[in-house]
Amino acid sequence: MKGRLRRAESVKEDASAQSKGLGVRGRTSMLALPFSVYMVIFIAAPLLLIVLYSVCVDPPGDMSFTLEHFRRFFDFENPIYLQVLWRSFYIAVISTAICLLIGYPMAYILSRMKPTVRNILSVLFILPMWMNFLLRTYAWMSLLENTGLINTALEAMGLPAINIMYTQWAVVLGNVYNFLPFMILPIYNTLVKIDPAVVEAAQDLGASGRKVFRKIILPLSVPGVMSGISMTFMPAITTFVISKLLGGGQYTLIGDLIDKQYKVTGDWGFGSAMSVIIMVMILISMNLMPSSSKDQGGGLL
Amino acid sequence: MKKNPIARLFSSVYGVLVFTFMYAPIVVLIVFSFNKLKSRGKWGGFTLDWYRALFENDTIMSALWNTLSIALLSSTIAIIVGTMAAIGIFFMNKHWRKVHMNVAYLPVMNADIVTGISLLLVFSVLGIRLGYVSLLLAHVTFNIPYVILSVMPKLQQLEWHTYEAAQDLGASPVQAFFKAVLPELMPGVVTGFLLAFTLSIDDFVISYFTAGAGVSTLSVTIYSMARKGIKPEINALSAIMFVTVLVLLLIINFRNNASQQKKLK
Amino acid sequence: MQKELIRLENIVKNYGETQILKGINLYINDSEFLTILGPSGCGKTTTLRVIGGFEQPTQGRVWFDGKEMTHVPPHKRQVNTVFQKYALFTHMNVFENVAFGLRLKKTPNDEVERRVNAMLDMVNLSGYGKRDATSLSGGEQQRVAIARALVNRPKVLLLDEPLGALDLKLRKEMQLELKTMQKQLGITFIYVTHDQEEALTMSDTVVVMNKGSIQQIGTPIDIYNEPKNAFVANFIGQSNIIPGVMNRDLEVTFDGHTFPCVDSGFGTETPVDVVVRPEDVQLVEEGRGQLSGIVESLIFKGVHYEMVVDTGSFHFLVQSTAAVQPGVRTDLLIAPDAIHIMKKGGAE
Repeated sequence: MKGRLRRAESVKEDASAQSKGLGVRGRTSMLALPFSVYMVIFIAAPLLLIVLYSVCVDPPGDMSFTLEHFRRFFDFENPIYLQVLWRSFYIAVISTAICLLIGYPMAYILSRMKPTVRNILSVLFILPMWMNFLLRTYAWMSLLENTGLINTALEAMGLPAINIMYTQWAVVLGNVYNFLPFMILPIYNTLVKIDPAVVEAAQDLGASGRKVFRKIILPLSVPGVMSGISMTFMPAITTFVISKLLGGGQYTLIGDLIDKQYKVTGDWGFGSAMSVIIMVMILISMNLMPSSSKDQGGGLL
Repeated sequence: MKKNPIARLFSSVYGVLVFTFMYAPIVVLIVFSFNKLKSRGKWGGFTLDWYRALFENDTIMSALWNTLSIALLSSTIAIIVGTMAAIGIFFMNKHWRKVHMNVAYLPVMNADIVTGISLLLVFSVLGIRLGYVSLLLAHVTFNIPYVILSVMPKLQQLEWHTYEAAQDLGASPVQAFFKAVLPELMPGVVTGFLLAFTLSIDDFVISYFTAGAGVSTLSVTIYSMARKGIKPEINALSAIMFVTVLVLLLIINFRNNASQQKKLK
Repeated sequence: MQKELIRLENIVKNYGETQILKGINLYINDSEFLTILGPSGCGKTTTLRVIGGFEQPTQGRVWFDGKEMTHVPPHKRQVNTVFQKYALFTHMNVFENVAFGLRLKKTPNDEVERRVNAMLDMVNLSGYGKRDATSLSGGEQQRVAIARALVNRPKVLLLDEPLGALDLKLRKEMQLELKTMQKQLGITFIYVTHDQEEALTMSDTVVVMNKGSIQQIGTPIDIYNEPKNAFVANFIGQSNIIPGVMNRDLEVTFDGHTFPCVDSGFGTETPVDVVVRPEDVQLVEEGRGQLSGIVESLIFKGVHYEMVVDTGSFHFLVQSTAAVQPGVRTDLLIAPDAIHIMKKGGAE
């Protein structure tokens, strides 16, 4: 039975690929060869190298096997690294939550607008993303500084200055500012795609405005929310620029820690171990995500 | 849908607030790029000095050149290799297609910091000196997947009959590909190029780990400058970048609208 | 004057372990309108693609005008195709679509202009040249596809279910137009369809296919009136196929009654299948027919009524302009020339 099924499938595939007999098909797939080679050298091998280095004593010099780096990270008696991981997680969760709180209503409002207007406005949301990431962060430095515009303005109004710069709130703010479009756009894309007929059907069946939102729109926008969350959370948890520039380096995050191993202390083994930990976390969260949300990321342009 | 006036007012106010949040920092940067004083709190009169300083700053200028040339080169390489790859993968059997697509997804899914470090490691193992070449290779690496991901849907939508139709009308298979298939894939290729180009310009993390002494991109240069404190030249640079991107987007949007309207006629 | 143009010689096509074509032998005359008719999956499209050069047969040879063409690629054949879903180039306007083949041959510009415009005239699309191919209706796109193929002056035009996506009214119009075009141009049309009515109205020759082999080749009238086996009889319109016994020449017994018929050459006392078209069964007053039965159901079909009459051992499908209500007893009368005898089982 199974064998027959498979045969039927392969016939169908041949038919869909039209006249390209197996020979032509094989030859055509050779077009991917440059990429296949590239992918082995620059995508697969590098990641394997990280895994390899994470269990070596002092790569690339001393390549003997050890689990010391992982033990060092998961040291429960002196959990300085776990605290860093926890802090990164905590800041990323808060940043993502704020992005969602601000972003969902914005995406909803955008999606309710006339197509011509909302197309222009959604382009305006992409616009800051096209400007350099560092420049965006730098912009906040100038606003938040003790002698920056916000404090100067507060002073002029006779109000006390706020010292938000170099606190974790500055880091959260930087995250929210940089990653908000990544939250708004996927949600907006799913909301726009909801068939108005579905909403009308629900109204026809007697659902009130609020009920329509809760029972129809919200569940249908879940894939967009999921991909928005993964697109904000992931960069937020691994950032080290924002924490350095806005947190003043006082709030060490896991990204800063990894950066330090490679750029300062030269402890590549420990740095690789932490990279492996991040990769595993990403893999786990990817598998927890509904698979439909994976495809939303492409719709940024 | 019916809308009551309160909801409409709320929507407008909310939208304006979010847009203000998004644009205020950029506007401030641009305004203060014309400020005579070095301070970013007080206005000291209009000047173009910072723009002059910017163009006289060799570090920034060479970083800008690197950024633009790497973005252009890496996205060009990416669309060639990536489009070929997409077509090749499309014709692979299920198993190989899956393997390729999963690996292609890795740089998209992975944290930039991990991708950056993994490339750093491989360059050190292969003995590739960190510099222009390593930067270019790194950018090509994260650009190709986006090209594949933008071309693939076009391949799936493609009416393969047109490829046969072209041959039926006298085109050789190669001619048929360039005259009938490639034009249909073009929107995907263009999207891939734009995506790759902007990602390349915007990238900091991967460049940071793969740039070497003497050769760096704008992001990396700004990072090292910003850590040492504020340089008004950077304000001027931001202003220029923003206006360039704005003009580019307007052109693209205008063109899209024009072509859409042409279609409607 | 009939001159052979294309010959398919024992064409076999395998996909993996599935045999799609099981030895097709067929010749096609010059300026003939030939239709390959069959249900989906019967191999008719594959046969067309073998002629067009899009499929290489696993075995067998394709001859064109006395020269072997089996392995000649599509772009070197004097054959053009109208594809099922039109396959227009969406990035070109109508004019450039039609001009595609001429441009490839580096035809001078003024000639391209002249020929394309003449062709657009012929398919009633003059003035459409600047239009976007995608902005046209299905029927218009179909005309562009036809013009695009014909402008190259092929000796043979292949049409793969070209009217499948059109609505009924448009389909009828296009059938007439295609037939007129073929007569005017005097070239060979090879037309693939699963619509028996289309096949019967347009063709000079109909080839009925099933499961990868040819069931019958003949004129539409032959195919309709003298189906060679049960498959053809059933596929070409609905039929009553009744098991019977050929007593001797010109006499057959079925459903408990002996009928005079016009067939001979089956021997004596031979089991056969008897085909009677629903419109050939006459309903007559009780006592005046050969068989008697009770009307089971009655459906109005527009031009005629369709009834099922149960004679006790067989359910006859009957078409008539007069209605007989269900439950009423009626007699059936079948004329000798309405009875078609087929060998039992027939070719698979």
